[in-house]
Amino acid sequence: MAEAEHKHPNYVGVWVGLAVLTLLELGVAFLSWPKMTIILILLGLAVWKALLVALYYMHLRFEPNRLRILAVAPLPLAVIMIIAVITEYVW
Amino acid sequence: MAHAHAAMRPPAQAEPGAGVYTEKLGMWVFLGSEVMFFTALIGSYIILRFAHPVAWATPGQILNVPVTAVNTFLLICSSVTMVKAFAAIQEGDQRMLRFWLAATVIIGATFVSVQVFEYLQLAREGFLPSGYVPGSHLAESAETGAAYEGGAPLPHSVGLYGSTFYTMTGFHGFHVTMGVVCLTFVTVKAFRGGYTVQDHRGVEVIGLYWHFVDLVWIILFTIVYLI
Repeated sequence: MAEAEHKHPNYVGVWVGLAVLTLLELGVAFLSWPKMTIILILLGLAVWKALLVALYYMHLRFEPNRLRILAVAPLPLAVIMIIAVITEYVW
Repeated sequence: MAHAHAAMRPPAQAEPGAGVYTEKLGMWVFLGSEVMFFTALIGSYIILRFAHPVAWATPGQILNVPVTAVNTFLLICSSVTMVKAFAAIQEGDQRMLRFWLAATVIIGATFVSVQVFEYLQLAREGFLPSGYVPGSHLAESAETGAAYEGGAPLPHSVGLYGSTFYTMTGFHGFHVTMGVVCLTFVTVKAFRGGYTVQDHRGVEVIGLYWHFVDLVWIILFTIVYLI
């Protein structure tokens, strides 16, 4: 039934995805590629893992929009904070 | 769409406003403040590292990446057990709720224990927040400029590396410890039959905190151990 299919996200499937992404990170981290390339790939993989946890384990994918906005709201503030402090070094 | 969420019965009546019950809203607001807290730590680390990149050793040289990778996997497993506990009480399965909650507590406590063990190992090698312990193996390698364990020579000024490492992982470890304490309370209540299909807010709310702690570690492990 359609309801049964939407009953729960596939928690074990997400776990497998997280395990695979972790192994990928370990593989990429010790390659002899340019450092910035490795950093960008690792951060991308980390964000992907974080999104999987947030969307499926924390059920953000199924929550009302207002809660999703609340959950996402700190992120631009965090970016502003880091940029503001970086200017201490750059300037 | 209604059908996507209809079968996932919410653990309590939704309030007007955010559309969720009060305790869940409160936890999300708290997690928002925690995002800012860890951003402050990670942001400071980023700026310090860009300013003085020579103070950091290459990944895996001093820190034990394989052990911590297994520990990361353990914490991810604990997120699975936590969400399985929540799914169990949504079905009214008290037995599996207790099983999965107990599993989460045990795995969480194991994660903290491995971190403590790692800290003790690092301290024994001479790696402290203030820098290398004089006379230690690390200090001697840094002074002579010899390649350390087959890798590059160690950086001399290591206070930045040590203090950022211990601060970030230490605060996260503290969060995990507090999570394990709270989870223990929830588990005890579950064993006493305190949660029902109609009301299992405590399980969901502690689950949100626990997943957040896992999420932060996913970012921290990448930044601290692999970069």
